Amino acid sequence: MIAFVAAVLGLQLAGELIARWLGLPVPGPVIAMLVLFVALSFRAQPPAALSQLANTLLGHLSLLFVPAGVGVISYLGRLSEQWLAIGITLVMSTLIAIAATAFTLRCLKRPEPDTKGLDNS
Amino acid sequence: MSGLFETWVYLAEQPLLWLTLTVGAYALAHWLFVASQGFALLNPVLVAVLLIVATLLATETDYATYFEGAQFVHFLLGPATVLLAIPLHAQAKRLRRQWLPLTVALVVGSASAILSALIIGRLLGLEAELIASLLPKSATTPVAMGVADQVGGEPSLTAVFVILTGITGAMAGVPMLKALGERDSDIKGFATGVAAHGIATARAFQHSERAGAYAGLGMGLNAVLTALLVPLLVWLVGYY
Repeated sequence: MIAFVAAVLGLQLAGELIARWLGLPVPGPVIAMLVLFVALSFRAQPPAALSQLANTLLGHLSLLFVPAGVGVISYLGRLSEQWLAIGITLVMSTLIAIAATAFTLRCLKRPEPDTKGLDNS
Repeated sequence: MSGLFETWVYLAEQPLLWLTLTVGAYALAHWLFVASQGFALLNPVLVAVLLIVATLLATETDYATYFEGAQFVHFLLGPATVLLAIPLHAQAKRLRRQWLPLTVALVVGSASAILSALIIGRLLGLEAELIASLLPKSATTPVAMGVADQVGGEPSLTAVFVILTGITGAMAGVPMLKALGERDSDIKGFATGVAAHGIATARAFQHSERAGAYAGLGMGLNAVLTALLVPLLVWLVGYY
């Protein structure tokens, strides 16, 4: 397990270096994710310990956004002046983007041969 | 009494207090969310953030002091992003079959997120700096901050908008799509991942690993596309 912790951190570090050297606008961890994805595509299954590590961390992914979210505290004054206009813009724009993406995919998606991906959730 | 105060002063200086508050508030928020059987308004990120903000305001603690402790949690976002490769790998075959529909939907979703913010923001009379800070809000935080800086926004304000966008998408995205008659969890996952990045992806993982993989893919792809599209669209619209 600890070897994979080191490997994931090493990949992230490599991603940061690649982003910096090539001047890419993409963050290091996203590059590292792509590198790991390509590396895994040569195997049928990822190593069990790596899957376990992923399940542990991704199982509580929401928690990891809390510190950044608390950052709103530094902008309470500025946001309170135009909070309604900002709120309407942000919420409407987000919902429009979700609906537009879903509608496009609904029109184009090929039917699944196996499970159809339908459920009642 | 003065002993109690001194203890507080000592603890408030320590990262441990704020780290404990972060994890504790989230644990409570998560428990509430589960106990309410996933009531959307009780989104765990939103509830935890509100609890912590209230605590910081009540104790007159500034964000920098809080972040001394919270940074340990914040840091894990990087490794977690790297590990998204694993659920993605598990769905690779299925995703490969759908590459063209997914690509088109991504472009439509990414462009509509940016343009709708530009148009609605202008109609409502928001100042230029605020609009520029809102444009990359659907991308994951580090990308969005870089892009905002590029087009004349305020990066740290963008970080706040990114989180609020994620919470909006995680709270309202799936209920809205259900109301519109969408039942395919792949589509719901991808659409919320494109528009509301990691927070929606976290929400999708609570549904299933497969929905989470679609959301993670949407988030990763839109991080790249937003970085390209925002400067391009700003230039095309001739915003400046």
